[in-house]
Amino acid sequence: MSFGNTPVAPFIQALVIPLHSGDIYASFQFRTLWDTDFMRENKVSHYRLFPKSLGQVISKFSVRELHISFTQGYWRTMQWGQPFIPSPPGAELWVWFQDSVTDVDATWKELTNVLSGIFCASLNFIDSTNTVQPSASFKPLGLGNVTDHSFLRYATLPREIVCTENLTPWKKLLPCGSKAGLAVLLKSEKLFHSSFHSQAVHIRSVCQDWQCKTTSWELRQTLNSVFDLHNSGQTKREWSLFKMFSRTLTEACPLASSSKLYIDITDNPQGEQFELSPATSLLSQAVVLGDRRTFSVYDLTQETTFGTVRSLNLLIRWKSNEGEMLRPLLHAERYVAGYGLQTGEIHTLMYNNHPYRSFPVLLLDSVPWYLRLYIHTLSVTSKGKDNKPSYIHYEPSKDRVKPHLLEMLIQLPPNSVTEVTVQFERALLKWTEYPPDPNHGFYVGSSVISSLVPSTVAMHTNSTRERPLFSSFFPCKEESSYFVRIYTEPLLVNLPTPDFSMPYNVICLTCTVVAVGYGSLYNLLTRSFQIEEPNPGLAKRIANVIRRMRGVPPL
Amino acid sequence: MAAPLTLLLIVAVTIRAALFRSSLAELIAERVEVVSPITAWKRVVEGLALLDLGVSPYSGDVFHETPLIIYMFHFLVDYAEITFMTFVFGALCVCICFFFIYLSLMPFQFRKQKFALEADRYPMDSLELIRSPKEMYYVPLKVAMFYLLNPFTILSCVAKSTCGLNNAVLALFFLSTIKGNVLLSAIFLCLATYQSIYPITLCAPAMLYFMQRQYIPVNFHRVSFWWFIVQYLFMYLGSLFVLICLSFFLLGSWDYLPSVYGFILSVPDLTPNIGLFWYFFAEMFEHFRLFFLCVFQINVFFYTIPLSIKLKEHPVFLIFMQLAVISIFKSYPTVGDVALYLAFLPVWSHLHRFLRNIFLVSCVLLACSALFPVLWHLWIYAGSANSNFYYAITLLFNVAQILLVSDYFYAFLRREHHLTNGLYLKRKDGSEATLILK
Repeated sequence: MSFGNTPVAPFIQALVIPLHSGDIYASFQFRTLWDTDFMRENKVSHYRLFPKSLGQVISKFSVRELHISFTQGYWRTMQWGQPFIPSPPGAELWVWFQDSVTDVDATWKELTNVLSGIFCASLNFIDSTNTVQPSASFKPLGLGNVTDHSFLRYATLPREIVCTENLTPWKKLLPCGSKAGLAVLLKSEKLFHSSFHSQAVHIRSVCQDWQCKTTSWELRQTLNSVFDLHNSGQTKREWSLFKMFSRTLTEACPLASSSKLYIDITDNPQGEQFELSPATSLLSQAVVLGDRRTFSVYDLTQETTFGTVRSLNLLIRWKSNEGEMLRPLLHAERYVAGYGLQTGEIHTLMYNNHPYRSFPVLLLDSVPWYLRLYIHTLSVTSKGKDNKPSYIHYEPSKDRVKPHLLEMLIQLPPNSVTEVTVQFERALLKWTEYPPDPNHGFYVGSSVISSLVPSTVAMHTNSTRERPLFSSFFPCKEESSYFVRIYTEPLLVNLPTPDFSMPYNVICLTCTVVAVGYGSLYNLLTRSFQIEEPNPGLAKRIANVIRRMRGVPPL
Repeated sequence: MAAPLTLLLIVAVTIRAALFRSSLAELIAERVEVVSPITAWKRVVEGLALLDLGVSPYSGDVFHETPLIIYMFHFLVDYAEITFMTFVFGALCVCICFFFIYLSLMPFQFRKQKFALEADRYPMDSLELIRSPKEMYYVPLKVAMFYLLNPFTILSCVAKSTCGLNNAVLALFFLSTIKGNVLLSAIFLCLATYQSIYPITLCAPAMLYFMQRQYIPVNFHRVSFWWFIVQYLFMYLGSLFVLICLSFFLLGSWDYLPSVYGFILSVPDLTPNIGLFWYFFAEMFEHFRLFFLCVFQINVFFYTIPLSIKLKEHPVFLIFMQLAVISIFKSYPTVGDVALYLAFLPVWSHLHRFLRNIFLVSCVLLACSALFPVLWHLWIYAGSANSNFYYAITLLFNVAQILLVSDYFYAFLRREHHLTNGLYLKRKDGSEATLILK
């Protein structure tokens, strides 16, 4: 039985950006579209290129949007610039549910367990103690205008580690798997040698045409890696596909409608900074992250790209060390201040590097319940003066039930540093609530800073126009600014610990003290004073016993 | 009498004012021995800040005070220091009034005892055990000194712990009980219970005192006995009901019940303090948690009936014993609670000859008070000790308090025994007797 779905072939692109510090930023994006509307049809079974596991997840749990990312390492904005798809260290999951869901919390719990199985990750640790409902920071990236935030759930697991077991199921979701096309490069032994590795899955519904008469589901799988010059033990500043991935490209994925490799040559117009080989005549320009950038394009669907050796091994060789990196306009840091295990202070610093424009940022902080925040100590200062946020949404935590949620809209003045500080108190937990290595500390998830940053170049607001994948991830509503989301460092906080070897001893000793109280009061309440009779000697006592048996009065 | 009292008040005000202005005030306000999650001033300010943000203070787990306290401090938050000093002095003045009144009762008791003596009820040699008004003249001043100059009270006042408020209400309850005003006594006791549940056990001594004063015999078969109990309980429960409904209307929801009373009874917060609960429940097996929670909470309440039966002729001493039991065994004790019953000790100064362990107990109490901050610092800041050190001192402190209380109880019972049986007891063969409990 055919449902009349027209499968849309996937779009595959990779982007390689040589970074100023000599590192290489490689970003892969795979997009699969799926035309189906299971709102009208009850049973869906025609998936074709869309992975069946994810299709079943969407239909069973009535998901409107799903974004999940696994990241190893922290993105250094000041050295590497802004990432195309930002992600916090560890695992992050945020989901918008459809309006038809009646019990969102139960659905969320089931969804996390199912995703935990699909991605071989311990997402089952997501429960009510680390899930929040942000009220303004995570608007849907796909279609649909929603105002009811009770259908949104956001959770992070900062302690989650990414490894080969997470990469393999992620690769299985691709239409060609890892057998053909750009996915051939994704081998785990080299990928996990990088400074930063992030893989993500984003599912949302998008318009198919300009009038938006029909919608389709879009599945985007992204993988970002930064290869470090020093980490890989290189002496020369030279990168090639073989050095990065220990593979070269031989063919495009036959199922792909488009498969392209972009190299960013904006800083290298005449080839004075680095040399690119094999040379290519295809050039493309795109407006990305508020800047117009030029790319050399290698079209893998063309036979000529692979040359006579039938393989493409891109080589980038640096010639000179000069050149300034464009400073990112928005940048943030976070750290814990204070000493001792009783109290502390969380400091978040946000830098606005624009010389004359100020813009608002939305700061989302989700702090676990065992760090008790005192909101009356919250202070926001810019350039030494008090900067009152125009919108504060605070949900205090409930012990062992839900975490703190703090969302603020702060206006950052131009060329300044804004510091947000809040004091907290560390709780003593029950001995069973500590993780196996309690003195390692507890992780606090990254803060999320979302903002519309003013752009120097006019952004394109038409979302259906043909343009590179990496510039169309975040929807653009106006021309003069672009959306940026940055994540701060996660925090590692120590809590006071009880002695884990002593539960029985503690119970005994405390009950002894209570018994001392009980015993002395019991004695005084039930006994009365009497004159003490001296104890007769042993001989007399035996004699008395014998006399009693004889019936004679005792001595 | 007035002059030394005024001097004492001036000294106490000076010490507190000096400490309020110094940098020590912030340090003291964070000490876990002085403030607990229920009484901390920081949490009151946090609750007020949440109210200003439009969030209910009880939606989180930081604020555990009653709604009346929020509204009182909503108006008084700028005058916090003066408020707390007033409470301390209020408590103190009330204690003094109580003792002036007790003093005025003394001639009554003295006459009664003298009459009993002449009627040969008391043996002749117990004469020296009877207290004369002259001896009791300086007792109010001593009580004032014990309360005002007690370092525990000073620390509690400087930290702006709401324990001072609770102590003031309890002192007002004593005053109205001693004065014989049944309605006021019920109202103040209800206020104290409304803030922390444990003073409910003070109903029994209050009722016994009133019955003694109104010459109602404590006999289960008498109608007048039950009628008085019904009257008192009606007033008490009625005012409690009014207070609870008033709190509901103040904030518009019943959220405060689990946050205040549920918190006191179920002890979810394991912040270290000078009590026995925190480490015990930090190391408890989950399976037994509810059982031991019930045991520990019942432990506070169940001494009421046996103590009331034993001490039905001496309700004032019964109040002292009940207060001590509450301060030692409550779920979040602080030094302010300890200071309240320590202030009573000069009243029983005539029992000194019968106390057995007083030297040991006072040495242990002093040593523990000195060691608390040291071991806390070693655990939390230096990292060279662990929680067991602080826990050990907690245990010692509580054992010392228990010994102190049971020692005074022993001395009291022994004096009563000597009053009826004579002071110098002889055995059958004429040698000096030793008295034991059997």
